[in-house]
Amino acid sequence: MQSMAMRPLAMLPEMLLFGGGLACLLGGSFTARRRQWRLRAVAALALLGCAVAAVLGSLVPGSAFEGAFVVDGVTTAGRVTVAVATLLVLLLAGDEVAGNDRESETYALVLFAATGALVLTGARDLLVLAVGFLLASLPVYALVGLRRTARGAEAALKTYLVGAIFGILMLLGVTLVYGLAGSTSYPDLAARLEGLPTVAVAAGVVLVVAGLAFEAGAVPAHFWVPDAAQGSTGLAAAFVTTVPKIGAVIALYRLLLALPDTLAWGLLVAVIATASMTLGNLAAFGQEDPRRLLGWSTVSQAGYLLVPVAVAGTSDLALPSMLLYLAAYAVTNIAAFAVTTALPDVRDLAGYAGLLRRRPGLAVALVVALLGLVGTPPTAVFVGKLTTATAAWDGGMPWLTVVVLGNSLVSLFYYLRWVAPALARADPASGLTATRPWSARTAQLGAAISVVVGLGAGLLWALVDVSVLP
Amino acid sequence: MLSLTVFLPLVAALLLLVPGVGPRAARWGWVLASVLELALVGVLWWRYETPADGSLAFDEQVPWIPGVDSSYHVGLDGLSLPLVAMTAVVFLACAVYSVRDPDRPRSRAALFLALETVCLGVFAAADLILFFVFFDLSIVGMYVVIAGWGHGDRARSALQFFLYTFLGSLALLAGFIGLYLAADPHTFDMLELARQDPFAGGGTVAAAVLGAILLGLAVKTPTVPFHTWLPPAHTDAPAVGSAVLAGVLLKLGTYGFVRLGMVLLPEAWRAWAWVVLVVGLVSVLWGALVALAQKDLKRMIAYTSVNHMGYVVLAVGAAGVVSSGTTEARSIAVSGAVTQMVSHGLVTAALFLIAGVFLDRSGTYEIDRFGGLAGPAPRTTGLFAVAAFASLGLPALSGFVAEFQIFTGSIAAVPWSVVGLLGILVVSRVLLWTLQRVFTGDLGPSSRGFTDVGGHELWAIAPLLVLSLVIGVAPRPLLDVVEPAARSVVGLLGG
Repeated sequence: MQSMAMRPLAMLPEMLLFGGGLACLLGGSFTARRRQWRLRAVAALALLGCAVAAVLGSLVPGSAFEGAFVVDGVTTAGRVTVAVATLLVLLLAGDEVAGNDRESETYALVLFAATGALVLTGARDLLVLAVGFLLASLPVYALVGLRRTARGAEAALKTYLVGAIFGILMLLGVTLVYGLAGSTSYPDLAARLEGLPTVAVAAGVVLVVAGLAFEAGAVPAHFWVPDAAQGSTGLAAAFVTTVPKIGAVIALYRLLLALPDTLAWGLLVAVIATASMTLGNLAAFGQEDPRRLLGWSTVSQAGYLLVPVAVAGTSDLALPSMLLYLAAYAVTNIAAFAVTTALPDVRDLAGYAGLLRRRPGLAVALVVALLGLVGTPPTAVFVGKLTTATAAWDGGMPWLTVVVLGNSLVSLFYYLRWVAPALARADPASGLTATRPWSARTAQLGAAISVVVGLGAGLLWALVDVSVLP
Repeated sequence: MLSLTVFLPLVAALLLLVPGVGPRAARWGWVLASVLELALVGVLWWRYETPADGSLAFDEQVPWIPGVDSSYHVGLDGLSLPLVAMTAVVFLACAVYSVRDPDRPRSRAALFLALETVCLGVFAAADLILFFVFFDLSIVGMYVVIAGWGHGDRARSALQFFLYTFLGSLALLAGFIGLYLAADPHTFDMLELARQDPFAGGGTVAAAVLGAILLGLAVKTPTVPFHTWLPPAHTDAPAVGSAVLAGVLLKLGTYGFVRLGMVLLPEAWRAWAWVVLVVGLVSVLWGALVALAQKDLKRMIAYTSVNHMGYVVLAVGAAGVVSSGTTEARSIAVSGAVTQMVSHGLVTAALFLIAGVFLDRSGTYEIDRFGGLAGPAPRTTGLFAVAAFASLGLPALSGFVAEFQIFTGSIAAVPWSVVGLLGILVVSRVLLWTLQRVFTGDLGPSSRGFTDVGGHELWAIAPLLVLSLVIGVAPRPLLDVVEPAARSVVGLLGG
């Protein structure tokens, strides 16, 4: 039987990334500081190879490692999104990390964490899910702490503590479910969990979901996100608020499909989504540091991303809209973070005064990225938000549609607090003189992709294979 | 052809943004593009033939997001063609008006041209998502206009404008999603939705969807009680921004009432028509009375806009109150509503451009600081007088044609809508009193040294009023286009 086969090559993209990470880690010791750009090239090649292998791998869908890992349309979409997002993040390294004494380690950690996100994407077994969780979170702790400042240390400690706690809870949940079902394989769960004590099953599932909420940066495991966004390097901030989310959301989607209909699991996710959206938005209101503001904004975006998960299986639109939103969010969020890394001296919103005058290209990228995050057409997130909101209603949760739209309105307020000074006629603030070219170009590239994907959403929609293997 | 008309301004905007275009070239480029645009619209009008019910002239369709059956679908009918023409005229007037304004001409020209594409796109759209895309972008564009080129407390006004109207657009989106899901097969295409009439059975979902759409449009129009964003937005916007905001953007709301509410949800519209009617009446009276109390010229004009949009809402509400034997009357009301949109677009744009002249000469809009302007500024006086008369509905000007139809139709359908006539009375008092205070009597402090309107200002404002006069004297060419569409809409409502 094919599903029982090992088929290790099915995980070639993951292996390429992991291998690339190892190469960066070891190669870093043997490469002079000013030649470390070679390692960046290695990392970029590994990511490109991963994307290509993912596309080729989609030609032979099926499961690997005795059914514990699955390659289907969703895995492919997740892999390509992760690879492209990580490539964009890597572009930021061109000036923020280049020449830094932690350059090669940064690349290695990024690739390892991306591998973890990929494992989450294809996991069809609770144990593989746990492995993916660890692989995606351990490098993140280090990545957040790489900038050895007081804030960086605090952020790393917070990320580590929250991650450790939720990781333990998740393992507890996995143990509980395994104890009840006698299996960790998704295809077995539905049948074996049926008829068991609801409270025990619910406890196990809730704990697993909580672990994934940490990766997704969603309520209730969101405390680390704003600190990590503010205290770490711009590259790390862009990465940890984007790539792990992709893996976690897809993993949660698969998990929900595998559960029996004994409880309203969708409602659980809907509640988490609502809490994330609302809390993230409200907390972002008063922020003065643009990175911290973006950090809270990613908490609220995690809420939107969970909306299609809440209607997994009940609406045909749920899966395509989720994949589209994930890709749209990744590109847009990285573009917004890239603007902050392009202007290293500016650490408050007022510092953006007169950006349009001094750096028109960067200002346009910022406006496109922020209005994109709100969901203004014709950007990609608009199409994502439109289809997820439609999916929520279609899946029998019209109230969730209202929550999504209401929160979009609320979010507009704090994004505009950033847009307004950037467009103002004021004399350019002093911090705007020093810009980093790579980051600025990444921001513009991200904004451009966001608009192109929005306009060409139909094409992408048709290209993406939304098959999901049970 | 239609797509070319819609996107020509956007292409011109992108051309203007090419580095190396000088300020002079930008200003004249804007005028040139607007003239070309108007010519294209003229060709459209000339080639226009009333389409059969349930279809559109100049229909163009390209799939966009097939997964949710949304397409780039545009077309025109008797409801949208006059508004498209009005939009082209108002934007041309703005281009001419700005031809000597040195304030960042390149980006301003590009912004307004892009805004023109967006507005034309809303009127031409035959797909709900396409409609929404343009509708939402109009908000972003106007936000940048107010925040970037406004004066006074512009940051605050722009923020309020954005938040408030964004609320409206999200409500609209919720309604669109409801329509999409109710249709079987699901679609965002307006023609297909009108054919299917998914909410023919009525019910609470239909009421909720109509409620969401009405809320969205009421904010945009704006009607009482959602009008509070309008006066500050106008006060702090530049003159051309106000002209576009009042002349064109408000029509996106009223146009939506007819295009979305009446056509896509006829059953629910009939059930809730009396609410629309009452909201319209309240807007008429409230707008008029509050205008009476204004000391600021621009705020005064803004409130008369609330009043004038109230007539439109009143008419479309009355058109939904179905009883036998009133079909003809109700189609007159709808035709009056469309005429009023065109007339108000032309006249209010003229009024706001004149207000811009006031700010330019004296730095203030305060009515009390003027007086006796007829002496030093006879041309300004003439323009303002004609605009005021057109606005209050004097025969031989466009406002009369519109309001006459609106009240003939509405009163025949719902006799007590006669109360709305009080609004005309009060607005006449407001405008005549303003005319008196600003232009007659002793010379006010800001009237001294007031230079009369100059060449390009005259060329911007006068044509708008001439058009109003033409419509007032010879309304047939316009009504020939509007009336078949009005009859078809009323036919959908039944009765």
